[in-house]
Amino acid sequence: MAKYITEINKNGNIAVDDTILVKDIPATAGSKMLENFVPLFSAEAVERVLAAGYTLSGKTAVGEFGLDLYGETGINDICAAASLVKEGSVKAALNVDLNGAPRRAAALEGVTFVKPTYGTVSRYGIIAAACSGEQIGVTAKNAATAAEVLAVIAGYDEKDGTSLKDANNIDYNSEAPAKGMKIALVRELYAAADAAVKAKIDAAAATYKAAGAEIEEISLQNLAEINTAWTILMSAETTNNLSRFDGVKYGYRTEKYKNIDELYVGSRTEAFGFLTKATIIYGSDVLSKGRYEDCYDKALRIRRKAVEALTELFAKYDALLMPAFSKAEYEFYPVENAFSKVYEESIFTAPASITGMPAVVSSGVQLVGDYFCDGKLIALAKALEKEEA
Amino acid sequence: MKYELVIGLETHVELSTDSKLFCSCGGHAAANEPNDCVCPACSGMPGMLPVTNKHAIELAVKAGLMLNCKINQYTTFDKKSYYYPDLPAAYQITQWFNPVCVEGTVEVGERKIGIKQIHIEEDAGKLVHDDATNTSLVDYNRTSVPLIEIVSKPDFRSSDEVITYLKKLKSALQFAGISECEEGAMRCDVNISVRPEGTDKLGVRSEIKNMSSFAEIKDAIEFEKVRHVDAIERRTEMLVQETRRWDEVKRRTFPMRNKETAADYRYFPDPNLMPIIIDDEWLAEIKASMPATAEEKGQKYVAMGIASKEAAVLASDAKLCGMFDEVVAMGREPRSVASWILTECMSRMRYLGIETLNIAPQKLSRIIELVDAGEITRAAGKKVLAAVFENDVDVDKYCDEQGFNAKVDEGAVLAAVKAAIAANPAAVADYKGGKEKALGAIFGACMRELKGNGDPAVVRELLTKELNK
Ligand SMILES: [Zn+2]
Repeated sequence: MAKYITEINKNGNIAVDDTILVKDIPATAGSKMLENFVPLFSAEAVERVLAAGYTLSGKTAVGEFGLDLYGETGINDICAAASLVKEGSVKAALNVDLNGAPRRAAALEGVTFVKPTYGTVSRYGIIAAACSGEQIGVTAKNAATAAEVLAVIAGYDEKDGTSLKDANNIDYNSEAPAKGMKIALVRELYAAADAAVKAKIDAAAATYKAAGAEIEEISLQNLAEINTAWTILMSAETTNNLSRFDGVKYGYRTEKYKNIDELYVGSRTEAFGFLTKATIIYGSDVLSKGRYEDCYDKALRIRRKAVEALTELFAKYDALLMPAFSKAEYEFYPVENAFSKVYEESIFTAPASITGMPAVVSSGVQLVGDYFCDGKLIALAKALEKEEA
Repeated sequence: MKYELVIGLETHVELSTDSKLFCSCGGHAAANEPNDCVCPACSGMPGMLPVTNKHAIELAVKAGLMLNCKINQYTTFDKKSYYYPDLPAAYQITQWFNPVCVEGTVEVGERKIGIKQIHIEEDAGKLVHDDATNTSLVDYNRTSVPLIEIVSKPDFRSSDEVITYLKKLKSALQFAGISECEEGAMRCDVNISVRPEGTDKLGVRSEIKNMSSFAEIKDAIEFEKVRHVDAIERRTEMLVQETRRWDEVKRRTFPMRNKETAADYRYFPDPNLMPIIIDDEWLAEIKASMPATAEEKGQKYVAMGIASKEAAVLASDAKLCGMFDEVVAMGREPRSVASWILTECMSRMRYLGIETLNIAPQKLSRIIELVDAGEITRAAGKKVLAAVFENDVDVDKYCDEQGFNAKVDEGAVLAAVKAAIAANPAAVADYKGGKEKALGAIFGACMRELKGNGDPAVVRELLTKELNK
């Protein structure tokens, strides 16, 4: 399967995933719904890499709207950016981390992905799905390269109402030594992974110990609650954001309609994939009258509790060590199971998604840190990569 | 049995901001053609993020202060979802959970009407149905234009109270520069029920949607009252809680299709917009920028030498007092300005059947300046004013074209006097025979001869002198 949905320049050094807008270049977000959509402007992150002298290679394939794990669009699509980085055909890739997909891809392909602190990289120009958690990050062969590109795209942007003024004060090129750091290994997530993933976590823990860091096993008891809450928030926001794709203004329009309702229903039924539809149905349900308080509102409360709980942990620890994915290799699942598979797997990525805290995947493991500690995580990833090399 | 009306109002007005609520497009006022004022944000393109227009928040707070509301210093925006082609993102950004103003009151006659809340929201676009091609076209000029919705408590007991309230609201909003309240731009949803006088339990409620003319609102309320009372007393129909629309041709309300009203809007907080914190400092700034009330304006005018009755009329209308303030600021004498606005402009407006004074203040100022300086006569000034109203003419150019010039030399006046005497022998004979009144006719002929120019006092003096020779 092709890694690029649209190629821009064979000699370009930055790949951009297809949920990020580049002016005049088609942007599909991996969906038939947007197969003929050409944006009028570029994402802020794209403008910044271009201004820094990088060139774009093309738009890489993504699961539909960044929701997909595997199954529907297949392994090649999901890992398109990570495998281009791995084979060395681009220096780095910009990817939207909506529900952990680029983190999983990096873990599977053995490359590095940095999901920065929410609000530090402008979301202006993302085909949005879950606004409260999605974030543009950087995939690269190693943490140092990811940091180089991240430093270019990060920073305050007035066009994004959630952009943080403090975004300008992060040192991405930190060389903080692992010596003396305290790293917490999350017991439940370690236990949920397969043997090959466990081995990678063990290796990372051994490296840190050897470098003089302290490793402590901890328990994160409300993980299931956090994952459910994140799934509710993500699905609800996705439902709302995708409702603009109705066949009226741009994108796919059914040929079979006699009135506006048939135009809506026909266009959306024909163009959206299974997982997107399942997400929309779930997201509509949790926002509906009579369900809102017990679902969406409760999820917001759990998000606040999760932020408190993790903030408390980070008073004691420098980072959390955990898998990004339960398996070291992709397994194919039938599409009908996609929604529940995504839900199962997002337990590894939900803590950083729901809180907006930074996460770095490197050497097959995931590190999660406190707000604005992106630099520290990058330094910790460098320590692992040095060991590998 | 006697019945009592119970009415609550939801009033939408457009805020007078320079740009839309979440993007930098100019408001609909800046548009000439359909979809003139549209950008990727207000047309629902993916990738755009909303950025709140601070001025809209300030205007909404001003409205709240005027209606004695409590200002929520922590206020949020929420999304309301529904599918309709005039709503490009399929959601409207509004305030559902934490509206900017709550718990206010307005005095209507002797009674106090409660205000439940004021919230800010974006408007939707407009659908245009083209029967010729059997297609529907969308115009997004209005999408995301900022509105406030002022929600009253069900405190009105008559249609008169409703109209008094709306008039008061309109003039107050115009006064404070919160909304222009242009013709038809104030839209109301009227919630109405009846109950036996002296009882507390609310009757079955119907909601009449989207009314803008005050006269139509009054008629619709009266119609509904009769319909409700008939249903209760004579069992003409079974009342159900429903949304209805007023048919201006058939002069009655009709139920709207259930489908349009039974939606679940799935409100939730907009994650793209941070809560807005109106801190004490900002609130104080907004309070300090509140304009004078009508009463305060009236007192100021009286102090400027305007008679109290005239001052009150000027102060009661935002357009009139705006014109007055501007023309006076241009250096014209206040009493003269008041007289030109209240006499000449208003009679012109009545003649043309227009409700708002919308000529350029510079032009009125120039006319008054010319008349007060004796450059043209008041009669000529009135003619120029009429031409400004009708064709927006340039004052000086028009005076030149028409030959208006009060400073005519005595020789020309004398020539006109002689010509008028020669042309009206009968009137001259009458006058000489002792009929003083006949002088008017000769004087009129004289002024016609002068095309309205010349100082009337001089003309009269020369005329009598000539006749009495
Ligand atoms: Zn706009």
